[in-house]
Amino acid sequence: MQAEAAFIQLSNVYKRFGARVVLRDVSFALAGGEAIALLGANGAGKTTVLRLAATLTRPTRGNVMAFGVDAWAERRQVRARIGIVAHQPYVYRELTCRENLWFFATMFNVADRERVVSAALERVGLTERAGQRAGELSRGLLQRLNIARATLHEPAALILDEPDTGLDAVGREALSSVMRGQVDRGGSLLFTTHSLELALLVATRVVVIREGRIELDANAKHIVGADVAEMMIDAAESVEA
Amino acid sequence: MRRIGALIWKDLTVEFRGREFVGAMAVFALITIVTLNFAFDLSGEQKEASGAGGLWIAFLFAAMLGLGRSLAIERERGTLEALTLCPIDGGVIFAGKLISNVLFIAVVQAISLPVFAALYDLPALSPMVLAIAIAGSLGIAGLGTLFSALVSTTRAREILMPLLLFPLAIPVVIATVQATTLELQGNSGDAWPWFNLIVVFDVIFVTMSYLLFDVVLED
Amino acid sequence: MPTSPEAAARGAMSDRMDLAGRLFAASSVIVLTAGIFMAFVYAPADRVQGDAQRILYVHAPMAWLAYMSAAFLFVGSVGYLWKRSATMDRLARSSAELGLLFTSLTLLTGSIWGRPIWGAWWEWDARLTTTLILWFIYLGYYMIRAYAGDRERGARHAAVLGIVGMVDVPIIHMSVTWWRSLHPEPVVINMAGPNLPNSMLATLLVCFIGFMLLFGHLIIQRMQIESVKDMLEDRELSSLLRGETVSGQPRSRPDALAPDSSSLIEGA
Repeated sequence: MQAEAAFIQLSNVYKRFGARVVLRDVSFALAGGEAIALLGANGAGKTTVLRLAATLTRPTRGNVMAFGVDAWAERRQVRARIGIVAHQPYVYRELTCRENLWFFATMFNVADRERVVSAALERVGLTERAGQRAGELSRGLLQRLNIARATLHEPAALILDEPDTGLDAVGREALSSVMRGQVDRGGSLLFTTHSLELALLVATRVVVIREGRIELDANAKHIVGADVAEMMIDAAESVEA
Repeated sequence: MRRIGALIWKDLTVEFRGREFVGAMAVFALITIVTLNFAFDLSGEQKEASGAGGLWIAFLFAAMLGLGRSLAIERERGTLEALTLCPIDGGVIFAGKLISNVLFIAVVQAISLPVFAALYDLPALSPMVLAIAIAGSLGIAGLGTLFSALVSTTRAREILMPLLLFPLAIPVVIATVQATTLELQGNSGDAWPWFNLIVVFDVIFVTMSYLLFDVVLED
Repeated sequence: MPTSPEAAARGAMSDRMDLAGRLFAASSVIVLTAGIFMAFVYAPADRVQGDAQRILYVHAPMAWLAYMSAAFLFVGSVGYLWKRSATMDRLARSSAELGLLFTSLTLLTGSIWGRPIWGAWWEWDARLTTTLILWFIYLGYYMIRAYAGDRERGARHAAVLGIVGMVDVPIIHMSVTWWRSLHPEPVVINMAGPNLPNSMLATLLVCFIGFMLLFGHLIIQRMQIESVKDMLEDRELSSLLRGETVSGQPRSRPDALAPDSSSLIEGA
């Protein structure tokens, strides 16, 4: 799975919605075994970056490549190799946890579905609630189901949009182990979060985005936590101003 | 194939537990059938013709009600995005949705046909009428599933859905009403050509929608 | 990005289109003037219908153009979905708009004609019904574009309707024909039939040619306007992406127009 140099690569990407330009000249590459934490204030354009990488939208200018091919043009093939946790829970409320996972495992053509689904439930600590309908789950448990769903097919690239939202201590533990597992097996990880702790715990690289532009792209080991914290506070203030 | 099966299973399970469509559609069809009694003379000599017309107006409106929402709800809840993120062809999603929608409409028809037969004293429970009903719904659902996906992105889906579906479904409506009228009049021989015509329309509409569904799902 | 070579190519293209549009306009004025003269003076009054029949010379070409727009719309829609070319989308957009205009005029002139001849504004015959349905399809096409919110999505969705609708139109016509054959035949005049006297036929022919030239002019005119609109949006986008404009600024500033675009608008 590590054949390509960059799993996901954005080159000079612009994205606009109506009269608003959300991203300006954004470029970065995500390689195998790498975990990028995308930081920035609300509305800085983080989610749009993730949606571009996830083949959910296409850039206004510039291009997005995934696994060496154009992400949008070859989206069917690309989608088989990415897993996504977005703001909206990608699950059916009327189906139970196990049924949801079974359904999506079928869609992704996963072999040995029974075992894979059970393992995924175990991974996020939902085994006891496997028979409960997704609509009855609390916000945090739903998020865990969502994480299990996104990792069913062992995606080469895992894309998480604020995955720690609503999670309790157990959930966060499960999440960070999923995230580290993704990197350890040579996969890549792209995530946004408002938790500096999570970012520094998992990320190998930190990208700070502010008003649609990349402001900082640095190896996580080389930067001191305080720097990033400062940048985030800066970014947050500039939005409020 | 297995994926289409899973998609249908998903729709049926969600419907069975959530009861979003079939109940509302059936009640709507029944109330339309009853109301038509006051609009048309359904006791006179021409009652087969007006009865068949009324029955299909009820079916068409009920179908539109369900079809209009079938993809809009998935889009609202984010599950349509989840489906498009799966590495499957739009055609597979279309096939799953189409079959589920036809099944929902068939249930509505199975509930309303006996009521219709009893209220208007017409032989509406023959196998031929059922076959016409299913074939007719397939054509309507073929177009309807495509348009459902199309209008689900817009603000004005309640207006756009009938504006798109009704004019384009006219061939199916004409053929089904003719076939049903002739069948209710006991003239099965003459109903057959119309039935064959419905099947031809089904093939055209379903094929066209299948091919174009991917384009509609792009965003 | 619309850098100079592409813009230059577009400029040359629009120059040729401009010339063609003017030629169409001039020739349609000449031919239609002759057509009006022929329709009112040269062609004799119909033996049965009297002067009312003269509306044929407008009605029949309108109906023809309504269906020609449909053919153009189909070509534009297929072309757009296939090649995703902006020109094809402009063709589809323009022909749908003209289609809406010409189906409206067909229905209107047909009703005006039908009233004294049939004694009714409307007959449910196959031709009339199909034209009415076509009108609804054009309307739906227009609404899809209006409600889509996003330009690209509107083009894509409208193209889907363009294809489905245009495939459906002949099917609708057939099914209505079979349906009506079970009912008493409506009193439809066999227009365009070979039993028209030569003078009437000639007049009709001249009017057909005149209106088709007008159609040619109109569609080029529409496509040029759409092209300018697209160019404007591109320019606006470029400046937006360069960060020159503040987001939310009103569109269509006069200085955003191409220098040569004034000549394009002038003729409209």
